[in-house]
Amino acid sequence: MKPVVHVENVSYAYDGGNQEQVEALLDVSLKIWPGEFVAVIGHNGSGKSTLAKHMNALLVPTRGNVYVFEMNTQDESWVWEIRQTVGMVFQNPDNQIVATTVEEDVAFGPENLGVEPGEIRRRVDEALALVDMTGYEKSAPHMLSGGQKQRVAIAGVIAMRPRCIVLDEPTAMLDPVGRTEVLRTVRRLASDEGISIVHITHFMNEAVYADRVIVMEEGRIALSGTPREVFSQPATLRKLDLDVPQVTELAGQLQAAGVALSRCPLTVEEMADDIGTLLGRGPCRSELHSH
Amino acid sequence: MTSGLFWAGGRAEVSSTVIEVRNLCHTYMRGTPLARQALKHVTLSIAEGELVAIIGRTGSGKSTLVQHFNGLLRPDSGHVFVDGKDIWQKGVALRDIRRKVGLVFQYPEHQLFEESVASDIAFAPRNMGLSDNAVDDAVREAMRIVDLDYDEFAERSPFELSGGQKRRVAIAGVIAMRPKVLILDEPTAGMDPRGREDVLREIQALHDEHGYTVVLVSHSMEDVARFANRLVVMEDGRIAMDGRPRDVFQRRDELVEMGLGVPQITDLMAELARRGHNFPTDVITVDEASEALLPSLLAASGMAGESDSPCGGGGR
Amino acid sequence: MNFANAAVGQYMPGESLMHRLDPRTKMLVSLGIIIVLFVVSNPLAYALLAVPIVLAIAISGVPVKLVFRSLRPLTFIMVLTFVLHLFMDPGEALFSIGRITATDQGLRLGIVTVVRLTLLVLATSIVTMTTSPIAFTDGLERLLAPFARLGLPAHELAMMMTIALRFIPTLLEETDKIMKAQMARGADFESGNIAKRAKAMIPILVPLFVSAFRRADELAVAMEARCYRGGEGRTRLRELAFSGEDLAVLIVAGAYTVAVAVAL
Repeated sequence: MKPVVHVENVSYAYDGGNQEQVEALLDVSLKIWPGEFVAVIGHNGSGKSTLAKHMNALLVPTRGNVYVFEMNTQDESWVWEIRQTVGMVFQNPDNQIVATTVEEDVAFGPENLGVEPGEIRRRVDEALALVDMTGYEKSAPHMLSGGQKQRVAIAGVIAMRPRCIVLDEPTAMLDPVGRTEVLRTVRRLASDEGISIVHITHFMNEAVYADRVIVMEEGRIALSGTPREVFSQPATLRKLDLDVPQVTELAGQLQAAGVALSRCPLTVEEMADDIGTLLGRGPCRSELHSH
Repeated sequence: MTSGLFWAGGRAEVSSTVIEVRNLCHTYMRGTPLARQALKHVTLSIAEGELVAIIGRTGSGKSTLVQHFNGLLRPDSGHVFVDGKDIWQKGVALRDIRRKVGLVFQYPEHQLFEESVASDIAFAPRNMGLSDNAVDDAVREAMRIVDLDYDEFAERSPFELSGGQKRRVAIAGVIAMRPKVLILDEPTAGMDPRGREDVLREIQALHDEHGYTVVLVSHSMEDVARFANRLVVMEDGRIAMDGRPRDVFQRRDELVEMGLGVPQITDLMAELARRGHNFPTDVITVDEASEALLPSLLAASGMAGESDSPCGGGGR
Repeated sequence: MNFANAAVGQYMPGESLMHRLDPRTKMLVSLGIIIVLFVVSNPLAYALLAVPIVLAIAISGVPVKLVFRSLRPLTFIMVLTFVLHLFMDPGEALFSIGRITATDQGLRLGIVTVVRLTLLVLATSIVTMTTSPIAFTDGLERLLAPFARLGLPAHELAMMMTIALRFIPTLLEETDKIMKAQMARGADFESGNIAKRAKAMIPILVPLFVSAFRRADELAVAMEARCYRGGEGRTRLRELAFSGEDLAVLIVAGAYTVAVAVAL
């Protein structure tokens, strides 16, 4: 299997004014596989947005290479091909919707690619169905909720038939309902449609559902692994001012006090299962409960 | 949805009411096909010294409500009292009300406009007609409160600061009026965990150390659970719940229905109860949960005889 | 703040013949009528030109009241021009108020101007009210396309119009928010003389510009990420289709308008 995106020893520096070079990325390497859901977490200025922009040639590395399949992003002749393959969704839902109706906006990408009208229609309908926005074709963007706008933006990318979607903090400006909507949508795209997802976020509980979590700090990859591997290092995360899900924190405290939990739970269900197993194994269940 | 006014603590004491709204109704775009009733007969009072969080999903009416507190919006019907005075009565100067009730909008850094941090923060006190010396004092004090060094930041352009610093400048711009009540609409929106933590800590300090009555508008339960004394939950233009966080979070299913949810730890205890375990459910912090669970779990672990720590041993 | 009234001439979705027609047909016909309106000055010609306009309104199914509401913002100008004509134009005196005298010539010209303006506004309103903003910009782009060879950036103009239409509600909302935020800091936009009021706008205008530039920046990146590279090679979800209906309307209305112009 070939990676969709291959980031190879990439460094990126830009002129931060006052003749200061700001090193936003330092020797970052990373592969995104087909259908993989990767969460990237880190603070503002950790380099995660810069990394994202490298994945579809909005930025090109100062050193190192980024390949989208076999296409090097340094090679300008591939740029449109690359952007079609790796789509991008941004933080502010208002500032990425171009058209005055939902369907026209979703059609914007395919129109730029020169897709013929009948096919655009099919793609628009299909993309809106995938993000659960069928029925809003004629709606004006400013009348939609934040979560709906972000789903329209995702549909606009899907209509270009990408192999990978990079979402740069798509939930930062949304309320919990909007966040859930967006997260559910991207998870489904990865699992059902085989589209690779790179989900950049501040929210730890969104990273729990990823296949892989990458923690960025000061332009480098500080931690990387499955959510369980990453979240079972609370000391490291705390040093980076990042928190773990509350249940994971609780499990850590309980384990430190001598409670025997066999794994590091990440969700309420997992934690409840583990507690159930533990208590189920205890011989005096009813007696314990009377305390 | 009936309003559940079961919160009683505190108000019976010496504390006096600073803001009171009675039977408030507000409709946007009245008389057009797009008319939307944002507030439906809302009655609420806030006592001096409280730290109240108003929560609700987008469109529940929480921002509309707080914009009535300082007379930015005029109700279609109902009354707003600040310090016992009906603010829409003839002869009441709205400027005095707005000085008493400071309102920090969502993404307040978007309202910065001056050439320097100090002059932006000075905008409000100057509008209030303060003398140059008094303005300067107010600016210095506000900057100290939000933890911005005067010598370092006063003369810099607000536009070249980081996101978190900009937001602190904007908050200082309201604090500089020395209001009695400080309302903050989604003060942590769009910030990273570090910035969120800083702002929340500052808000707590404003209440605990500087004696402000604070009204926090938020949709993040985990943010407010930690330090609000009182939660007011809004849904569809009405007050759906009003009480101590502990009591409000007990109504988990209703909150989830409203798209709000409860802190994950409260959720866990509810889930355990649903599965037939007999643990307390009025738990809102990790420490409380740990305390509640530890005895039974330790006893059970003793039997199992394992002592791994796959979660990194709590990392302490 | 209530911006509901700003939406004069706003699109009213529908299925009528007026809605179905190609935007180019509607634009050309109304343009033709408007030109003739300004060439002729014969009362009978106005009456005849009003016929297709009234017909269009009737066919469209848009409530007549709404169409006429678009006249409201112009009431003041109409009254003013009428009064100016009535009293300033030379001609035989009709009556006098103090030292100023109304003339028959003035009365005639006043009425002509008011009727002209009314018909002009009605003719454009019924077009914008039955044409979606997208169809409108598409139509404009296509009509201007032949001039692209002369260096007129037809596609860019249309794209700018689309983006403007898309962001007007967003920016209005933002203006409202910034105004309130500054009012919460004691800003006063209502008192004082013109100079003072103009100065009071700075705290609104600066943030608004900063925000508009930020939005433009982000939008440009988002458009680039979606492979936007100008009008060349671009297809459309909806291609404008010039139907038999369009041809018929264009011929009939065109012939009628030309006939009116020539005959009177």
